[in-house]
Amino acid sequence: MTTTDVQKSVEAPVQKSKVKRRKFDPWGAVAWIVGLGFFFPVFWMVLTAFKHEVDAYTTTPKFFFVPTLDEFKAVFDQGVGTALLNSLFATTVSTILVLALGVPAAFALSLRPVRKTQDALFFFMSTKMLPVVAAIIPLYVIVSNIGLLDNIWALIILYTSMNLPIAVWMMRSFFLEVPGELLEAASLDGASTWRAVREVILPLVSPGIAATALICVIFAWNEFFFAVNLTAVQAQTMPVFLVGFIAGEGLYWAKLCAAATMAALPVVLAGWVAQNKLVRGLSFGAIK
Amino acid sequence: MATITYKEASCIYEGSDKLAVDSLNLDIEDGEFVVLVGPSGSGKSTALRMLAGLEDIDEGGIEIGGKDMVGVSPKDRDIAMVFQNYALYPNKTVAENMGFALKLRGVSAAERRKKVEEAAKVLDLEQFLDRKPAKLSGGQRQRVAMGRAIVREPQVFCMDEPLSNLDAKLRVQTRTQIAALQRRLGTTTVYVTHDQVEAMTMGDRVAVLRDGKLQQFASPNELYDNPVNAFVAGFIGSPAMNLVTVPITADGVRVGDNSSLELERDQLTRLHDAGLAEVTIGIRPEQLEMADSGGIEVVVDLVEDLGSEAYVYTHAGSGIQLVARSNPRTAPKLAETVRLRKHPDGVVHLFKPDTGERIG
Repeated sequence: MTTTDVQKSVEAPVQKSKVKRRKFDPWGAVAWIVGLGFFFPVFWMVLTAFKHEVDAYTTTPKFFFVPTLDEFKAVFDQGVGTALLNSLFATTVSTILVLALGVPAAFALSLRPVRKTQDALFFFMSTKMLPVVAAIIPLYVIVSNIGLLDNIWALIILYTSMNLPIAVWMMRSFFLEVPGELLEAASLDGASTWRAVREVILPLVSPGIAATALICVIFAWNEFFFAVNLTAVQAQTMPVFLVGFIAGEGLYWAKLCAAATMAALPVVLAGWVAQNKLVRGLSFGAIK
Repeated sequence: MATITYKEASCIYEGSDKLAVDSLNLDIEDGEFVVLVGPSGSGKSTALRMLAGLEDIDEGGIEIGGKDMVGVSPKDRDIAMVFQNYALYPNKTVAENMGFALKLRGVSAAERRKKVEEAAKVLDLEQFLDRKPAKLSGGQRQRVAMGRAIVREPQVFCMDEPLSNLDAKLRVQTRTQIAALQRRLGTTTVYVTHDQVEAMTMGDRVAVLRDGKLQQFASPNELYDNPVNAFVAGFIGSPAMNLVTVPITADGVRVGDNSSLELERDQLTRLHDAGLAEVTIGIRPEQLEMADSGGIEVVVDLVEDLGSEAYVYTHAGSGIQLVARSNPRTAPKLAETVRLRKHPDGVVHLFKPDTGERIG
């Protein structure tokens, strides 16, 4: 008798929470609708990539068809390799540069604030206020004068400076979460600033670094405007390569979708890798 | 272990022309437990952080073991600090937290383990050594913070309100533990608190600060019995000392509308020498008792029964409030009119009404 009573009382709260979870949640439904709304175009792109060109154009959209890899083959025949490598190189190098410059800057502007900190932060943000279109002609002239037209390093420099302000602001908010006492405690324990940052602060903000890196990767990978204006053949990146499929005549949707799927794949992978880190960061907890 | 000397040490906060700590002079002996106490904004934490090197010494100096610390970085001062929120490294285990300073000093892993385990034994943390701070209770975190400090065997312990995040019962327990531990280790300790009970119970000597200025630096008993001014008199002791400003008469002072309090002859002389019309008198609640006749006529506003004793909050005339300790069994009732008189051994402290300076 008594044992069953005890068991019941232990189980009771568990059942309660199960009942709660089953209850209809209107916001959950909204989230699903919005989520599916976002996901469907991507899903359709991937689906179309496996169709023959003819199947891609049917007026009643086809969900069932004979899948083919022909369009992917066509994309490879067009020479996707160079564009893919260029994009990978520009994205990786610019992201590394952004983190190498942005993380220390954010550290200085948060845990070690100096005079004019606010002004410095505003300066970073103000560089994003000018529309890129307004700067493209001077940029073109400069890049041309230093002989970097159709050179991937021109894009690396631009992507670094384009993402740096975002990275500084993002990383700063992560650094601000870290209590300043941790640095003080480490310095009293006998650590140099560098050692304290490396051993105490960086492990705490690593989820933030992952999130920042992911944003930088996405922005650099998808950047189109600089790439289309400053590169031609040699330094062509994936977004520029994709546009090449939009033909004046003939069927191109399936091919375009195949190329777009390939272009999206590395970013999806990067997001997936970073996500593990991000989730770990969320459960990290109790900094304070 | 070392002596600590504050020599006219001052600190100015950036963007403010007010001194956070104003020409502080303290001579702290080797092995002494000194408590800095004061209300918030009194500069007590700043004074401690100046000692630790976390705040600049803008004027004057601070010496540890006879060595000037101006311009010496915190990591070279050989000071361990316990922070109010403990500042444990969240990504390190308890053992790593406690051993970090030794690791930085290049102590071997085996030696480190040994010292950490010794400290853990003292603080009853042995079973938590492999846990992260997030998985500990408040009291355990506090002990880890203490452990991190004692493992290093530093010259000086700095403690910045280390008990204020604990609940009341645990705070009282930990208070005695810290005091006992410090006596055993014999490490010079500077302890900051806003709680005068902590100051009275833990410190060998207590420095009372107000607005960045040192008011009095003395043993707890000395502070209690001979406060140098009305501020110290009112700050030390709970409930606070009765401090009322009253007119002077021929043989004492008038309290309330038609009661008076007689003063000692030498006190009267000093009062007349000072040439004041009014004086601030101070009497501790436990030095006031109920009387059948004579004394000060008061009306009871509130009786606070603590079981072992009761505090009777009263007023005599307008604006004059007096608290008296009483036996809870014989305490007067609310709104009752009673008479209070000074206990035969009681002392009446006299302070100047304008400056609060002690007269006698």
